[in-house]
Amino acid sequence: MEGRLTGWGRTAPTTARLSTPTTAAEARAAVRAADERGLLARGLGRSYGDAAQNAGGTVLDMTALTRVLALDLERGLVTCEAGVSLDRLMRLLLPFGWFVPVTPGTRYVTVGGAIGADIHGKNHHVSGSFGHHVTRMRLLTAGGEEVELTRGEELFDATTGGMGLTGVILDATIELLPVTTSLMSVDTERATDLDDLMQRLESTDHRYRYSVAWIDLVARGAATGRAVLSRGEHATPDLLTPRQRRDPLAFHPRSLPAAPRGIPGGLLRTGTVGAFNELWFRKAPRERRGQLQRIGAFFHPLDGVPEWNRVYGPSGFLQYQFVVPYGQEPVLRSIVEQLSRHGCPSFLAVLKRFGEGGPGWLSFPMPGWTLALDLPASVPGLGPLLDRLDEQVLAAGGRIYLAKDSRMRPRTLTAMYPRLADFRALRERIDPTGAFTSDLARRLAL
Amino acid sequence: MMNALGDPQTLLVLGGSSEIGLATARRLVRSRVETVHLAGRPSPALDAAAAELRGLGAQVHVHDFDAAAVDTHETVLGKIFAEGDIDVALLAFGVLGDQEQGEREPMAAAAVAQVNYLGAVTSSLVCAQALRRQGHGALVVLSSVAGERARRSNFIYGSTKAGLDAFAQGLGDALHGSGARVMVVRPGFVRTRMTEGMPEAPLATTADAVAEAVVTGLRRGSETVWVPGALRYVMSGLRHVPRAVFRKLPV
Repeated sequence: MEGRLTGWGRTAPTTARLSTPTTAAEARAAVRAADERGLLARGLGRSYGDAAQNAGGTVLDMTALTRVLALDLERGLVTCEAGVSLDRLMRLLLPFGWFVPVTPGTRYVTVGGAIGADIHGKNHHVSGSFGHHVTRMRLLTAGGEEVELTRGEELFDATTGGMGLTGVILDATIELLPVTTSLMSVDTERATDLDDLMQRLESTDHRYRYSVAWIDLVARGAATGRAVLSRGEHATPDLLTPRQRRDPLAFHPRSLPAAPRGIPGGLLRTGTVGAFNELWFRKAPRERRGQLQRIGAFFHPLDGVPEWNRVYGPSGFLQYQFVVPYGQEPVLRSIVEQLSRHGCPSFLAVLKRFGEGGPGWLSFPMPGWTLALDLPASVPGLGPLLDRLDEQVLAAGGRIYLAKDSRMRPRTLTAMYPRLADFRALRERIDPTGAFTSDLARRLAL
Repeated sequence: MMNALGDPQTLLVLGGSSEIGLATARRLVRSRVETVHLAGRPSPALDAAAAELRGLGAQVHVHDFDAAAVDTHETVLGKIFAEGDIDVALLAFGVLGDQEQGEREPMAAAAVAQVNYLGAVTSSLVCAQALRRQGHGALVVLSSVAGERARRSNFIYGSTKAGLDAFAQGLGDALHGSGARVMVVRPGFVRTRMTEGMPEAPLATTADAVAEAVVTGLRRGSETVWVPGALRYVMSGLRHVPRAVFRKLPV
């Protein structure tokens, strides 16, 4: 079946043949049948740009490969097929007192996608990225052979963060995190400006397993960079009310109706977004300790509105996420000021401190500050602005996240990822005919 | 690949020495285009265009292409597409011809139709096939307001553009859903070498303004672009003027 595909940002659509394997054997047959336009595995399509598209070629929709193959409730290990979503794992595992080791801002990502993008969450400074918790995986390589990969192997590290370009991940084993309740104990505080925010994050982040700050990029002047810090830990049963204690591991996330189709563009302007950010900032308590929040409210607030990406209208949006190393705070500050001055209607930009990077060759996280923000693609002058920011991030020794990118220049990327040359050489060696490729790979010459 | 902001990376210009083609290439190279294929008949103007774009930092490949030689288009253009994906193919060739000479010498009129219509049909079809295979890409066709309603003073040229315009619209509909698309550009009177010495029509424009409109149209995903934009309304009025009146208008 031919299908028009975009990423979550709904920009740059291309057409591919969609194939939905339900078994590893069917996936293997699809890899063998792929033509010179190549093949790519796609999960739930949550990467923002063109990472899960393959124009003119084959796209394997992995979301029907959803078997859980093994579950070790003693040691906290789950082995499942690549199409299993984190939502499914949470629903399955929480009643047994286990939680996924890393969750991004949405539960609707697959295990295969989580490894391919080597995703991170609010606990990166403590737990590292998703790949750090994967003990083994099975990969379908060019030509349709299956290989078993374990930590420390070259191909394992190239696949972690490899954006699906080394092959099709079939299944993986993940180490889980033990929890005693399904609630979060959350501390919230406001920061009046960027300096206050960075100071608060720097001095007390180590006390929390999960930490993130929502930052208001529309506020200008003295309020530039004002933010709401939201940090927490899995609650222990003693913190729960007697009623909550009856079923401490209950997990029944609810969601509102989906955002409708056909929302016109231009709804999100600096005026509307500014008003939203003002409300969001005012609504947050100046300081509150130990508030109990559900997992959905703490980790995945946007999952409450299915298809929320439609609010950006037909021209879509993009997410810009970069990291700059510690010590480059002036660059971070300057970028926040430039975004604020340009009048970028970005709501809910997120600032976080990363811990150590992982072994993934194209893995994004590195020790430093990471800022992620959504921007409507229709903002005037956005292209040149982001190109200038790219240069500043690069000069500061930082990088841009591939799972979010939809517009970078190839040569900027090459300079940002020192192991990209190795990655290209490996692909040349194990996949000389280019059996695996994507729009992202074509655009950035991965 | 076209990025999220509608900026392409590879460009093919059919009619590589066309002023509008060069102006468009110049703008696109300044944003994201790194590879440009210039297809045209060998000439100093073609070499100069290639040199200028190289100076802007693009990798430029020059191909010997004759719009009138319709039987060569599959081979010549097929080779270019075989070298890699093309994000935007700009069909920029065309000749104005001499209306009076055309009326006297039918073969002169046929030569205009050969380039502007037949040559455009074959080369567009080759491009469309390749773009469909790629699953992405835009074919930009330079039509003209002259094709919107035939005028006494240049109906030979106008009729070729009318045919081309209709063809390109249909081709765009045929490509719908394939990932590839067609954008039809209808400039008014453009001050170029081709129109040098001719009396200027109202709302005259420049090659650079057309180029800007092409780039904006690509970003927006437009299907039809008028240059200047006001022509859309002028022409929708003129289209309904009775023949007896239209014939006497000084246009």
